[in-house]
Amino acid sequence: MKKRVLSVALTAAMVASMATVPAITVQAADDELIVVGYAQVGAESDWRTANTESFKSTFTEENGYKLIFDDAQQKQENQIKAIRSFIQQDVDYIVVAPVVETGWETVLEEAKEAGIPVILSDRQMQVSDDSLYECWVGGNFIKEGETAGQWVADYLEEKGRGEEEINMVTIQGTIGASAQVGRTEGFGNIVAQHENWKMLDMQSGEFTQAKGQEVMESFLKSYDDIDVVICENDNEAFGAIDAIKAAGKTCGPEGDIIVISFDSVKAAFEAMIAGDLNATFECNPLHGPRVDEIIKKLEAGEEVEKIQYVDEAYFDTSMDLEAILAERAY
Amino acid sequence: MNKLKKLTTYRLFLPILCLVLVLLVNLITTPDFFAISVRDGMLYGYIIDVINRASELVILAVGMTLMVAASGGTDISVGAVMAVVAGVVCNVLAGGEQSVTQYNNPYILGILAGIAVAVICGCFNGFLVAKLKIQPMIATLILFTAGRGIAQLVTNGQITYVRVDHYKVLGSSIKGLPLPVPFFMAIIVVIVTTLILKKTAIGMYIESVGINAKASRLVGLKSSKIIFLTYVFGGLMAGIAGLVASSRIYSADANNIGLNMELDAILAVALGGNSLGGGKFSLMGSVIGAYTIQALTTTLYAMHVSSDQVPVYKAIVVVIIVSLQSPQLKKWFKKHSLGKKAVNGNEVA
Repeated sequence: MKKRVLSVALTAAMVASMATVPAITVQAADDELIVVGYAQVGAESDWRTANTESFKSTFTEENGYKLIFDDAQQKQENQIKAIRSFIQQDVDYIVVAPVVETGWETVLEEAKEAGIPVILSDRQMQVSDDSLYECWVGGNFIKEGETAGQWVADYLEEKGRGEEEINMVTIQGTIGASAQVGRTEGFGNIVAQHENWKMLDMQSGEFTQAKGQEVMESFLKSYDDIDVVICENDNEAFGAIDAIKAAGKTCGPEGDIIVISFDSVKAAFEAMIAGDLNATFECNPLHGPRVDEIIKKLEAGEEVEKIQYVDEAYFDTSMDLEAILAERAY
Repeated sequence: MNKLKKLTTYRLFLPILCLVLVLLVNLITTPDFFAISVRDGMLYGYIIDVINRASELVILAVGMTLMVAASGGTDISVGAVMAVVAGVVCNVLAGGEQSVTQYNNPYILGILAGIAVAVICGCFNGFLVAKLKIQPMIATLILFTAGRGIAQLVTNGQITYVRVDHYKVLGSSIKGLPLPVPFFMAIIVVIVTTLILKKTAIGMYIESVGINAKASRLVGLKSSKIIFLTYVFGGLMAGIAGLVASSRIYSADANNIGLNMELDAILAVALGGNSLGGGKFSLMGSVIGAYTIQALTTTLYAMHVSSDQVPVYKAIVVVIIVSLQSPQLKKWFKKHSLGKKAVNGNEVA
């Protein structure tokens, strides 16, 4: 008796689950919404959460979309499963933020056979045939470094120090991390354009506040006249600021030393409002609007570029930081 | 000559020699390494950085020495325990918020909660090692892997900031004291531990259990209890180190506080001339070992070694120091010099 009840219940559950899948496609076809499946990595950081939120707020029914969201919990097999289920549901577009770079060819070919364009977000994929995906959307660490360099150049010009000898030090990230490599290279490109800029030293602060402080303490003892400190993430900058203050020097817009950093986390805004940090350069997680643009172009039958960088802003103390902070999602 | 010989047989001779050698390199490469000036009533210089930054490591090394001596195994969870303690303290003080500018709970409550958690972690490790007789490295592997997860859970995966000047004291300085507070924390820990070891028989008990647990039990020592106590003490030390580390950055960074510090602590014990197999130990040796590690790091900063090469230099120095202290190598040297003497003697005859 028990067994029979169980089997009835199971059958009912199976029917129900089968029923829900076509329901989405039918409804989508009825409303003429564009159906987008997003296979997200997971929710491992604030950055990731903001990235997810950006997709959810862009691909709404008001904007003419239906978003099917899948959280892969940092597992590639979950993402492959999600992509297959998107194909079965016959979505219009598939967006993937791949967990790893390799092992995607088979499932991408399945999507291609089904005629569904695939857009990559954040991380890249290594595939032998790059026609398997439509395009890649993400941040550009080299460009972030260059933007920062340009900002320093403009700022010094504005202060009338454009021709002065400028001494700089860099507190690098964890050596080998893509953010460290790109940001060091990008800023280095701008340093090379200025003969009066001198990069005195580069040491790794391992992206942490404690190490950033330790490295800055050492820099301050080696060099008497540091003008600019470049920190490859915000946390290192907080440590550097503490070290500068402990050495009896001042930093920020009103101080002796210019401090800039990358990432733009909330605490960085607090540091700028306190007048300790000059500027922070963002690593933008809001990929949704750019993907929306690409899909609109594809719908209109236009060609899109293979590599698309998202716009990345920066924030400095000349802006209304309190207002920006109040609106910021991450 | 005789005096020199006596000096070289002194137990701490080699660890001290290594520290002096590392520092001497600076005399050549960075002449102003030893310059100390006064800024805002605080002493300021590279040497001060060394004794300041080494503090957490010294505290950890004290705990590690006793655990190694009693159990003949290492506790690899101390770094993760530091992160857990930092997470608990900051979360109690912030009252669950992510960033606060004033305490939401009394300071003493936060500290007590942190120390209690540290002791509980120590008891857990001690129970596994002493009562269940699991190999120390395997037993502490549990907290090594789970600890940071627990810390993440406590802090909700965010960095919790306690931006209160009072909270920063343990990791910075007090007006009127010429040296940073972490240094005094380390010194107090070393002095108190030395007093306990010297004034009571516990130091001897630990050595005897480490040399032969079975024999110690036969003469009436409860070996498992002694081993258990050293792990509780090790947990407590990790807790104090976690407090200092968290106070330095006035926050709890679950991912990074104490990261890889268990390895440095074990290295400090080894550099101090202690056998990782347990038994006889020298607390001062480990303390000197800890200062040697930090002196090396600061030296490499002062020499402007590029960051991707730092690990290579560190590895070379560690290999040299450790092999200098190897008994086999000592024996070989002795034999060699004796052989020479014998040859010389023959020539004279």
